[in-house]
Amino acid sequence: MIHTEKLTKNFTVKKETVEAVKGVDIDVAPGELVAFLGPNGAGKSTTLRMLTTLLRPTSGTASVAGVDVTADPAGVRARIGYIGQGNGGGHSFRVIDELVMQGRFYGMNSSDALARAHELLTSLDLADLSKRTVVKLSGGQRRRMDVALGLMHSPRLLFLDEPSTGMDPQNRANLWEHIMRMRAEHGTTIVLTTHYMDEADSMSERVIIIDHGHIIADDTAGRLKANLAGDLLAVEVAAGSASGVRGLLGRAAAGGEVSENSYDGVVRFRLRLPEGARLAPALLKEMDDAGAPAQSLELKPPTLDDVFLELTGRNLREGANR
Amino acid sequence: MGTQATAAEAREKPGLGQVLHDTRFVFWREMLLPLRDPFSLIFSLIQPLVFLGLFGPLLGAAVGAPAFGGQSTLQWFLPGVVVMIALFGTSMTGSNLQYELMTGFYERILATPLSRSSLMIGRALKEWAPLVVQGLLIALVCIPFGFVFYPLHVLLGLIILGIFGIGLGALSYALALVSQNKEWIFWGVQQTLLFPLMILSGIMLPIEAGPAWMKTASLFNPLTYLVNAERELFAGGVGTDTLLGLLAASVTAAVGLVVGVKAINRNLN
Repeated sequence: MIHTEKLTKNFTVKKETVEAVKGVDIDVAPGELVAFLGPNGAGKSTTLRMLTTLLRPTSGTASVAGVDVTADPAGVRARIGYIGQGNGGGHSFRVIDELVMQGRFYGMNSSDALARAHELLTSLDLADLSKRTVVKLSGGQRRRMDVALGLMHSPRLLFLDEPSTGMDPQNRANLWEHIMRMRAEHGTTIVLTTHYMDEADSMSERVIIIDHGHIIADDTAGRLKANLAGDLLAVEVAAGSASGVRGLLGRAAAGGEVSENSYDGVVRFRLRLPEGARLAPALLKEMDDAGAPAQSLELKPPTLDDVFLELTGRNLREGANR
Repeated sequence: MGTQATAAEAREKPGLGQVLHDTRFVFWREMLLPLRDPFSLIFSLIQPLVFLGLFGPLLGAAVGAPAFGGQSTLQWFLPGVVVMIALFGTSMTGSNLQYELMTGFYERILATPLSRSSLMIGRALKEWAPLVVQGLLIALVCIPFGFVFYPLHVLLGLIILGIFGIGLGALSYALALVSQNKEWIFWGVQQTLLFPLMILSGIMLPIEAGPAWMKTASLFNPLTYLVNAERELFAGGVGTDTLLGLLAASVTAAVGLVVGVKAINRNLN
């Protein structure tokens, strides 16, 4: 559905060239749900905007829905749906009018467009607001209207740029419910950007992590976490027996750092343990055998934030400007 | 992926047919605003009447009938007012866009398969459309005061104004894009250009009454040819002035659309 080779975008800002996207290769198969994850300014939105023909690539190629973005941008636009970061509805227009006209822009006839608009308004809980002007909608209602606008022509490939930014948790959950339902019904291929790692984690099957214009990881969230981060294990042993397990824990961490701090006669060790849930029971037994039984144990599964930290040495929330 | 093509994918290749097709929908969307809220149209009808009623008598008294080439003041002044309304209206095409550039509307429209020219033509025509009603209304109002109404000629005059309006509207659209995030530039340029162009075309006062340099300058103003064409048509004639006006309008439209499409594409870099 999407194939890019060395896709690159440079911007000129005050006579200086800024390399926003540095030669990314992306392949997305039909039906996939892919999230571009990265801090603000990492290049994920720029990549998305090149794929949707809203920006011209500086170099490299991209084929979207079988059409080259540079050779036939209008052909690409006819085959995709796009929900941008801003609100797409004209402020003084009625909700229903904007939806119907959007359908007409994509070549739908008026009865199809009207039927589709009502169907979407109902499924997005906007049915009562169809004659309201856009300016009178709440933030969450406007965002749902944006989704309706993007879905009017039932695209087979849908791009969403930061779809849930600024939404409260309930509206976010709502939005995802609609996107997931549409995907289940129509097999739509979905590509989105987000800087919410929990969203990328729970909703996408595949996560492409972008940082400083490069793709630094591309896999399922589960595999990324298992391979790159490992579970966070914290064990406490009596202070007197700590020396007996130090070597043992060091080997378990497989070269990773083991931190320790002591308080109230207890030493607390913390380390990353790949496949922690599977290996922890055996580790406990070895500690027993070494004469240092664990007094408590805490095992935390990794997050994509941990993956990002492992890959870049930075926290996802710290942004790209470091 | 299914093999069934959606309506959008089945679109023709971009061409004149596609532009006309798209323009229809862009125009129609814009027209929904005044149609849903017709009050705005009523006010737009009052403005030209004010000009005719308050400025017309002063003009006749100040300049005197001989300056108008034997026509009555009204017959001379009315076409000028119609051109002026067209000028005010279509040069504002970009001002609505300015607001929409700040929300996500413009981006949403850019991501649709609509042809770029249609975005500008549709909007310019929306600013022009009320002129048809305005023009006919003031013509009817003026009949009792000695204005002779030639409906077909006036209609042709309005069409020429529409072509000119597409060009001016596209330029206004381009100006809004160029002055993105700096609204004052849009208004500054629009106002600074509009008034000299108007005065130098003889809309308000006959240019023949001015010094020689003004007459020379007016020859380089496309608006001059437009105003002359409208005067000829409103007086019931069709001749060289009409042809020159049509030519000036067409050139303005072509230049406007080329500049406008360039401005839209420039933003993609």
